[in-house]
Amino acid sequence: MLKIENLHVEVEGSPILKGIDLEIQAGEVHAIMGPNGSGKSTLAYVLAGREGYEVTKGRVTYKGQDLLEMSPEARAAEGVFLGFQYPVAIPGVSNVYFLKAALNALRKHRGEDPLDAIDFMKLSKEKAALVQLSDELTKRSVNEGFSGGEKKRNEIYQMAMLEPSLAVLDETDSGLDIDALKVIADGLNTLRSPERAMLVITHYQRLLDYIVPDVVHVLIDGQIVRTGDKDLAKRLEAEGYAEVRNAMQP
Amino acid sequence: MSTATEPIDEILKRGYDAGFVTDIEQEYAPPGLNEQIVAFISEKKNEPEWLLAWRLKAYRHWLKMTEPRWAKVSYPEIDYQDICYYAAPKSKDDAPKSLDEVDPELLATYEKLGIPLHEREILAGVAVDAVFDSVSVATTFRAKLAEVGVIFMSFSEAVQEHPELVKKYLGSVVPIADNFFSALNSAVFSDGSFVYIPKGVRCPMELSTYFRINAAKTGQFERTLIVAEEGSYVSYLEGCTAPMRDENQLHAAVVELVAHKDAQIKYSTVQNWYPGDENGKGGIFNFVTKRGLCEGERSKISWTQVETGSAITWKYPSCILKGDNSIGEFYSVALSNHRQQADTGTKMIHLGKNTRSTIISKGISAGHGQQTYRGGVKIMRGATNARNYTQCDSLLIGDKCGAHTVPYVDVRNSTSQLEHEATTSRIGEDQLFYCRQRGLSEEDAVSLIVNGFAKQVLKELPMEFAVEAQKLLGVSLEGAVG
Repeated sequence: MLKIENLHVEVEGSPILKGIDLEIQAGEVHAIMGPNGSGKSTLAYVLAGREGYEVTKGRVTYKGQDLLEMSPEARAAEGVFLGFQYPVAIPGVSNVYFLKAALNALRKHRGEDPLDAIDFMKLSKEKAALVQLSDELTKRSVNEGFSGGEKKRNEIYQMAMLEPSLAVLDETDSGLDIDALKVIADGLNTLRSPERAMLVITHYQRLLDYIVPDVVHVLIDGQIVRTGDKDLAKRLEAEGYAEVRNAMQP
Repeated sequence: MSTATEPIDEILKRGYDAGFVTDIEQEYAPPGLNEQIVAFISEKKNEPEWLLAWRLKAYRHWLKMTEPRWAKVSYPEIDYQDICYYAAPKSKDDAPKSLDEVDPELLATYEKLGIPLHEREILAGVAVDAVFDSVSVATTFRAKLAEVGVIFMSFSEAVQEHPELVKKYLGSVVPIADNFFSALNSAVFSDGSFVYIPKGVRCPMELSTYFRINAAKTGQFERTLIVAEEGSYVSYLEGCTAPMRDENQLHAAVVELVAHKDAQIKYSTVQNWYPGDENGKGGIFNFVTKRGLCEGERSKISWTQVETGSAITWKYPSCILKGDNSIGEFYSVALSNHRQQADTGTKMIHLGKNTRSTIISKGISAGHGQQTYRGGVKIMRGATNARNYTQCDSLLIGDKCGAHTVPYVDVRNSTSQLEHEATTSRIGEDQLFYCRQRGLSEEDAVSLIVNGFAKQVLKELPMEFAVEAQKLLGVSLEGAVG
């Protein structure tokens, strides 16, 4: 579904990603782990098409298309979803209004009729229950006055509504207590499907206790230095990134 | 790295749709202002002597006044002798008596502006008065309104048909010498709308006036007077547009509202005068005096304005809360793009006991736009238990615009309660990216964010106007949920 080849990215002239190779098949969950500043969020933003990230080398193919040529909204329309590490607030725009506009934009792209208010609300109720997001929160302005945990649950609720093919989840576990983490992990596990790929970016191993990945990659200083199965994440937790980094030295 | 505001700027650069000129035979007064011109206008309108005397008094006052320069707007000096003070479409003889007699060219103009007078009359149930340059060209639905005793006609007609009402109320809220621009208007006003709602009548439809400046080098000085008798209710809407021209044009209107005991007036404006081009060439200078008097107990006046046009806006729709328990409200969205400058706000003057006022102001600045909220709340000695709530929020788009807030408070009664809240925020690249990541186009994303920002005010507009206002703000209602 997603193929990243030798991806080099600069931000304001400094190289951040230095040759990433990564391939994800439909149905797989890949985790990317790495210390702060290793380029995890940069990779997420590049995949979603944020401005300010300059691809200097390499290519990204998504469902056979050149992903880097597409606008952010075109990527979204083709099923790329980014769960933000820091979701922004949009005052005065209710969550459901926002999502209905987004969902109907995607449906339009797929040549489907827009959902009417009744069907939409029905769907919304069902999906909000997945992450225990209250009715009140779905109607409040987007992320305005939400706690850290509520914002993250809101991201997963949006993902559930938009049903992406590829979900990139950027530190969805950061700032969560253990109960909130479980709620989110349960929600995400429900959303696992043979048609959907997930790229879970995290700093800590603990999320991966709940969302068991098929493949784990270690990203350090803009390069994937190790790739393994779920046990690699456990080893990292025990030994730390330094160990992995040292092991890489010639 | 490209700046995040570039695409927003693109959207904001969209053209001015109402900028066409109607080719129509016009009758002009020669440019310049003197007592002869004032007399000429009065004579053209076949006015009674008292009104000419009133105009001349205003003119003589005006000569002694100086143009106010305290607002945070800058513009070249206005040469008042270079302006034409009267322009009228040359119709066969007198003004048209019904829509059928209106020049088809004129009707086409309004059609182009999205104001199909004919259809609107039938479909929307909105009575429309259309003012083209200096004269009113058509007022719809008059007969039906007359059945319930509502008078809705052009100001000139009211002078002829209801001189006693005009004489009683003209200048009663905005006195002749109130300010430089109102004095100028009092001397040379040419037309406008007149509304009278008799005691106990709830006006059965929205009343609406569309103002259109067409002629070049012409000022527009309209005068609107609305009187709501005891226990009556009226909702009045005004809209304005002008052609795109390279020179600046002056618009100096006066609006007076009088609400008697238990009466309510809701006054909504969508102002879209030509704002000038990207570099600030051309555009309307909009110097407007709007004031309402809550004369009776429990009366209520609400101003709602969406100000998207004009090169310069100088406008402070105000309420004098004289009756005990009377209520004044001001809801405003003002947008300044390119080189537009807006200095706008309100004055709430509390005289009566238990009077309440609410001010919600939303300023949006983009491009090199400058936006100032200027508001005064005055609690006089007798205004026991008066309350005011003020909220002014500014939204910045890009990094070359400005937003300023200048609140004045004068409290002379210690039992009053005043609250003031203010915020300034920016449409961030992060907000835009968030929306686009969810599948919204950039244009829809900007609309959504601006719409959310202005929501508190837009919801105060009558439905029909809200749609137009949202369109003006570049907002689509598509996908609205309940």
